Amino acid sequence: MSTVQEATLESVVIRFAGDSGDGMQLTGSQFTNASALFGNDLATFPDFPAEIRAPIGTLAGVSGYQIHFGSTRIHTPGDMCDVLVVMNVAALKANVKSLKKGGVIIANTDGFDAKNMRLANVPEGKNPLEDGSLAEYDLKTIDITKITRAALADSGLGTKEIDRCKNMFVLGLLYWMYHRPMANTIDFIKSKFKKNEAVMNANLKVLEAGWNYGETTEMFANRYQVAPAKMDAGIYRGIMGNQAAAYGLIAASVKSGLPLFYGTYPITPASDVLHELSKYKNFDIKTFQAEDEIAGICSAIGAAFGGHLAITGSSGPGIALKTEAIGLATMLELPLVVVNIQRAGPSTGLPTKTEQADLLQAFYGRNGECPVVVVAAQSPADCFTMAYEACRIALEHMIPVFFLSDGYIANGSEPWRFPSSSQLQPITVEFAKERKASDDKFMPYFRDEKLSRPWAVPGTKGLEHRIGGLEKQNITGNISYDPDNHEYMVKLRQEKVDKVANYIPDQHIDTGSNSGDLLILGWGGTYGALKTATLQLIAEGYKVSHVHLRYLNPFPKNLGELMSRFKTVVIPELNNGQLSKIIRDKYFVDAIPYNKIQGQPFMASEVVKKIKEILA
Amino acid sequence: MTTEIAEKLTSKDFASDQEVRWCPGCGDYSILKQVQTVLPDLGRPKEEFVFISGIGCSSRFPYYMDTFGMHSIHGRATAIATGLKATRPDLSVWVITGDGDSMSIGGNHFIHMLRRNPDLNVLLFNNQIYGLTKGQYSPTSEQGKVTKSTPMGSVDYPFNPIALCLGADATFVARTMDRDPKHQQAIIKRGYEHKGTSLIEIYQNCNVFNDGAFEIFTEKGSKKMETLFMEKGKPLLFGENNEKGIKLDGFKPVIVNIADVSANDLWIHDESDLVKATILSRFYDDPSIEGHFPRPFGVFYVNPKKDTFDELFNAQIEDAKNSYGKGDLDKLIAGRETWVVN
Ligand SMILES: Cc1ncc(C[n+]2csc(CCOP(=O)(O)OP(=O)(O)O)c2C)c(N)n1
Ligand code: SF4
Ligand SMILES: [Mg+2]
Repeated sequence: MSTVQEATLESVVIRFAGDSGDGMQLTGSQFTNASALFGNDLATFPDFPAEIRAPIGTLAGVSGYQIHFGSTRIHTPGDMCDVLVVMNVAALKANVKSLKKGGVIIANTDGFDAKNMRLANVPEGKNPLEDGSLAEYDLKTIDITKITRAALADSGLGTKEIDRCKNMFVLGLLYWMYHRPMANTIDFIKSKFKKNEAVMNANLKVLEAGWNYGETTEMFANRYQVAPAKMDAGIYRGIMGNQAAAYGLIAASVKSGLPLFYGTYPITPASDVLHELSKYKNFDIKTFQAEDEIAGICSAIGAAFGGHLAITGSSGPGIALKTEAIGLATMLELPLVVVNIQRAGPSTGLPTKTEQADLLQAFYGRNGECPVVVVAAQSPADCFTMAYEACRIALEHMIPVFFLSDGYIANGSEPWRFPSSSQLQPITVEFAKERKASDDKFMPYFRDEKLSRPWAVPGTKGLEHRIGGLEKQNITGNISYDPDNHEYMVKLRQEKVDKVANYIPDQHIDTGSNSGDLLILGWGGTYGALKTATLQLIAEGYKVSHVHLRYLNPFPKNLGELMSRFKTVVIPELNNGQLSKIIRDKYFVDAIPYNKIQGQPFMASEVVKKIKEILA
Repeated sequence: MTTEIAEKLTSKDFASDQEVRWCPGCGDYSILKQVQTVLPDLGRPKEEFVFISGIGCSSRFPYYMDTFGMHSIHGRATAIATGLKATRPDLSVWVITGDGDSMSIGGNHFIHMLRRNPDLNVLLFNNQIYGLTKGQYSPTSEQGKVTKSTPMGSVDYPFNPIALCLGADATFVARTMDRDPKHQQAIIKRGYEHKGTSLIEIYQNCNVFNDGAFEIFTEKGSKKMETLFMEKGKPLLFGENNEKGIKLDGFKPVIVNIADVSANDLWIHDESDLVKATILSRFYDDPSIEGHFPRPFGVFYVNPKKDTFDELFNAQIEDAKNSYGKGDLDKLIAGRETWVVN
């Protein structure tokens, strides 16, 4: 046995990269679960190609999964990685630029043969494993394919099935390197392959082989301890963004006592919300895969009329198709939640890449004056809270609400100190009551102090009434072409949105002092990177604070006052400057936009650099 | 959910207080009247009726009914009604749509509604024109139609709505006309009684932009020769004195003088026969062509055996509850693996 040096690290970033068929997403998520159960804080970032099976071995087909775990609080998946696992030369080529100098490369040599080199457009004789170009990294080459085949020679499985176990070798080896508990993955394999014992045993054996490879060869001189993080006390689980969003919607259904209807059409990266919701029919969750996104939202409007918690969800082009119907819901003043898992646009854009470029669309993207409420989640676990909030506001204010998430947090995961259902804010819904013939005529657009109208569901005696997209008179709901009435109603619908500000929390400063030289104002999925950057800047002595908006329309009432306490406001966004337009318009604040539009999240380091430039 | 009704409703009970704003003489008036006449006889409390429409002259209909109603957006009433019926199968949900609303902009939802078969009653007001937008040709206008948007005549071929619906696997397909109140009432009633999507095409005269489009079928002088009123279990007859009939020669329909054939040779209308309904749907000739077939009215096809979308959709919810028990939110949120930080 070799002599291995033990070391302790505060945090580590590992990126698993391979062909989309190499099982890197599974490897990454297993490593994540093991680390979460071990007690580390963590954040992950899966990065996969748009094609399900892009041509094998090519750059386009590279699938990556990055995990950042530590004994300290972790807010992002990490800018640069410490360890890069590459299953082929394309994966190396695509990812080596995000590896720290001196970082470890674990390369599967079989993925660097002549054929793979050709597929990745690497010239002959330029094998990076041999030509010295990786000299500044700690390169470990292993013929994982050969070892896996040897380990499974007696398994009775075919070569194809055997080769599919390669990722378990990687996982086993990294479990050894970082002292991870394997029990969870062993259970996972046993349950996943319970119907195919040969495959189950093969995976278990190769997992073991990976671990033993670390233990017995002298290739790895170091093993690392990454202690559990000091997290707030409580019970935790791991959660992905879209899963959290689905749970938030279900929670709202349970807490409001209303069955949930989700009308939608499949699209990346929103489909997982549908997939998740579809599993829970026993919660009275009714999912409807419609013929297109228009039918998705329209069926939801029908369900809302009928008294359900009605939700529609999509991404990019699908949201564009829903536009007209969102206008209808605004006129009908029915509760409706529109889930938008943003992706890089315009048009089909970059379907699997992240962006925050639908904010103006959510605010303004309809014909006529058509304000709706907009909220956004800031992290994978926060998707639960904000999806729940979207439903609460929609139901209690009889109004359409946009819930914005994005591809980055939708597919990212983090530990979640989940609430118990009793801790959730109650959602109060009351349908309009039956009327007798002798009662006054029912007024469908009569309003309460929130300016919200009664929810009069069909089937209730005496409440027969008509609603529609034509302009209407307040209170009676009768069609009206009166010029003054139209102006009145437009302003009233705006005021109704504005009034929601009385029913949301005040804005707090997430990180830093109450005043200072510079305020970093963010929204949505950039939270982790902006927080990490702010912490670093503060540690270096800068007077910088971070505010992160989750309620966008209306803004929290104290936002203007809060911004006024800083000399400079910087708004970093993954778009061409959308929140900054709205803030400038609403508050006359000369906010500085800082934009990245590459389909990739911010790196904390680039934010730090930019803020220093601004302050210089 | 048919509950006891204390007092018998009348057609007046179904009229709202809104002034009806269709052009004088429009065929829509007759349809409104027949629906208001039929509803009180259905033995259902008023609050259970919901009328959902799209956009068009025809789609103003719900405003004039004192029931629950929604005047929605162009082409989407079918999708909205599907969502309402799926979540509220206890309601009697009606869709009001025009030829443009259902077969142009709403064509996609229209065929998907038919294939899913939710228990809806669809009244398709076919005036072969876009009324509300002041008279452009529609997907049912005859080829060569001269309108404001087609001064040299339209070049597109029209849809045959009945054939389209049969092709989409509709389970109840019928045709009636504004000018025949009794027939209209009978067909609407049958549509209501059918479990599944009931598609009723109603020939409706737009006297402003397409006046007389159906004259040949609706007016006394030509009606008897040009129409074929289909009745279940009865031979297909037409003509001034029902002297003409239809015979099937293999799959080929032939017009015969009943005097020349034995009664056994005549085609007996069978609403459950999809192949025959398909042949009847193709009686769609231009009436100016020599030897054309009369236009059929009545029920082409009924399939009462197909489960409805709302039944299947809700049965899964019940099955899931029976299999897994009612959901426990705290268990769901916690998931399978948790850990404790002290
Ligand atoms: C999205 C959209 N596009 C276009 C229109 C304009 N529009 C209103 S009704 C209509 C055609 C209506 O024709 P049809 O459905 O046959 O109804 P009719 O008026 O003949 O009863 C059109 C094009 C609209 N309201 N909405
Ligand atoms: S335009 Fe035609 S369809 Fe519309 S109301 Fe007038 S007559 Fe009727
Ligand atoms: Mg029309």
